[in-house]
Amino acid sequence: MFASHLQPQLSNGSVERVPTRFGYGEGLLEAGKRDERVVALCCDLTESTRTHLFAQAFPNRFVQVGIAEQNMASVASGMAAMGKIPFMASYAMFSPGRNWEQIRTTIAYNNSNVKIVGAHAGVSVGPDGATHQAIEDMAIMRVIPNMVVLAPADVHEARKATLAAAKFDGPVYFRLGRSETPVVTTPESPFEIGKAQLLYTRDKTHERKVGIVVTGSLLYNALMAAESLQKEGIGTSVLHMATIKPLDNAALQAFAAEHGALVTVEEHSIIGGLGSAVAECLAECCPTKIARVGVNDRFGESGEPDELISFFGLDVPAIVAAAKRVVL
Amino acid sequence: MQYLTSEEIRALERKANSIRQSIIEMLTEAGSGHTAGPLGMADVFTLLYFGIMKHDPENPDWEERDRLILSNGHICPVLYATLAHAGYFPLEELLTLRKLGSRLQGHPHRGSLPGVETSSGPLGSGISQAVGMALAERIDNPYSSKFFYCLTGDGELNEGQIWEALMLAGKEKLNNLVVIVDRNGIQIDGYTKDVMPLEPLTEKFESFGFDVQEVDGHNIRALNDAIGKAQSVYSQPSVIIAHTIASKGVDVFERDFRWHGNPPGKGPEDRVEKSKQAEVALQKLRSLAGTIRPLDID
Repeated sequence: MFASHLQPQLSNGSVERVPTRFGYGEGLLEAGKRDERVVALCCDLTESTRTHLFAQAFPNRFVQVGIAEQNMASVASGMAAMGKIPFMASYAMFSPGRNWEQIRTTIAYNNSNVKIVGAHAGVSVGPDGATHQAIEDMAIMRVIPNMVVLAPADVHEARKATLAAAKFDGPVYFRLGRSETPVVTTPESPFEIGKAQLLYTRDKTHERKVGIVVTGSLLYNALMAAESLQKEGIGTSVLHMATIKPLDNAALQAFAAEHGALVTVEEHSIIGGLGSAVAECLAECCPTKIARVGVNDRFGESGEPDELISFFGLDVPAIVAAAKRVVL
Repeated sequence: MQYLTSEEIRALERKANSIRQSIIEMLTEAGSGHTAGPLGMADVFTLLYFGIMKHDPENPDWEERDRLILSNGHICPVLYATLAHAGYFPLEELLTLRKLGSRLQGHPHRGSLPGVETSSGPLGSGISQAVGMALAERIDNPYSSKFFYCLTGDGELNEGQIWEALMLAGKEKLNNLVVIVDRNGIQIDGYTKDVMPLEPLTEKFESFGFDVQEVDGHNIRALNDAIGKAQSVYSQPSVIIAHTIASKGVDVFERDFRWHGNPPGKGPEDRVEKSKQAEVALQKLRSLAGTIRPLDID
C-alpha cells in the first residue's frame, strides 16, 4: 500500500515526469529569498543546473567560475569562511568527480558550510555516454568525514533537499538527474535529512515477504516492483533512503528485522553507494540477505535514458527478479 | 601606507630572529617537518603580523580582521611560531608540533588552533579560498578596508588550480587580494628552474590581470613598501614576488633544497653533522641577533 502522502494516481500507474534538477532551481531561489547568506557558484552550466533562476534574481550573489571545478570548490570554501552559505553546482562527473581533494581538504576538513550539487548523475544522463555518467559520486562523497550525502527521488524532494541543506550547518552533497524523473512524492510529503521514509507497506496476509531499500531516481521503479511482487503473492515494502549518510540505522535495522531479506536499488555503482552502506550497517548488527540492484562495476554507455535503465538492470523486472532471489 | 622607523624595523628584525629560533626548536623537538620554507618566510610573516595586518590575538575571530591564508601548508612552523609570538597561544605549546593530541597539526587544521584561517597542505587551493573570501566581503561591504593575504610557494605554482584562481581574481578585479609568492627557487626534487620552469613569472601574473611587484623578501622596509603599494592598487588584485633565501638566517643550511623537508638533526650532513645541526642553527641565529643595528638611512 502506498504511503498516503504520495501522488494519488500512482496506484493506477500514471505519473508525471520532471527532472530533479528543476527542483534544485526552485529550491535554490527560495533559499536565496529566505536567507541572504545563500550564494551560488557554477561552472559554465548555469541553465542546465537550473542555477540561472538564482543568478537572475540575485546577480550580486552569483559567481560564474568558468570551467574550473577545483577552483569552484575552494572559492566556495572561502565564501563559507566569511559566513556565506554557498551552493556550488556542476555535473556530478566534474564536481565531485574532478575536485574530490579540494572538497575533502578545503570543504570537509574545514567543516565548511558548503553545499555541493552534482547534476546529471547516473546512467540516465543518456546519449552523452560514460564520460558524463557519474555512478561513483555517492561512494567518493560518503567516505569523507563530516560530509552529508543525499539523493532526492524527484522534483519535490530535490526542492526540499535544497532547502534542508541550506538550513543544515555543514557540508552537504546531493545528486540530481538530467532526464525526466517520475514525480512520486507531493509537496506535502515529509523530508528530513537523516530520516528514511516508509513509502510502501506490505500486505501482511502474504506469507512470503521482502523489503526494498531505494534511494534517488529509482524510487518509482522500486514502488512499481513492489506492486508487481504483491500481485505475485510476495508481501513487499519500500523504504526510501534519501539520506545515504548519515544512514538512518534505526529505521534500516527495524526494516531488515521485519522483512528478513532486502533488495537495495540505486542508479549508482553497486560498490560504495546505498547497497554498500546498507550491507555495512546490517553486517555488523543483524546479518541479512541482500541483493544489490545497481550498475554492476562497469562504465555506462550511450543510449536513451529508459533504454539504459533497462540495459543496466535497473528497471522494474530487474528489481522483481532480484527480490525473488532473496525472498523468504 | 604605514611608514616604519629604523627603530621599528630593527624591532621587527629581532622578532623575526626570535621566530626563527622558535622554528628550529619546534622542528628539532618534532623530529620531522620542513625547515627551508619556514626560515625563508620568517621576515614576511613577522612584518604581516607585527606591522601590517589588522588582527587581535585576544579575539581571533574578530570579524574585521584581515585574513592570512597559508596556501603552502607545509611551512606552518613559521605560521605557528608567529602566532605564538603574537600571543595567540603560549610559546611552550610550539614544542607539541606534530605530536598526538596537539593543536599544532603537521599541516594546519582550521578549528584546531586559534588564528589558523584554513586547512592546507595539498598544494594549490589557497588563492582560490582567498578569492572566495574576497568575493564574499565585496558582497557584504564593497567599501571594506579588509585585506586578504594569500601566501604561496613558488613550486606550488605548478598546480593548475593556481591559474584557475588567478583567472577568476583577475576577472573580478579583486583589489582586496594580495598574493605573496615565496620565490626561493627550490622544491622537493630540486631547483624550480629544473623541475618546472616558471619564468617569465612576472609577465605570467600580469597577463592574468595582476599588479606585480618583485621585492627582496628579507628587506623589511622594501616589503613594507611593496605591501603598502599593493593595498593602494585601485582595480586589480596584486601579487608580490618575494625573493627569499631558503633556510635564511642559518648560513650553513641556506639555498639547499635538501633542507626543504627535513628538520635539524635529519638534514644533509656534509656541512654540519646531524647531532649538531640544531645547536649550530641556534648559535648562528643568536649571533645574528646581536648584529642587528639601526639602518644608515635614518
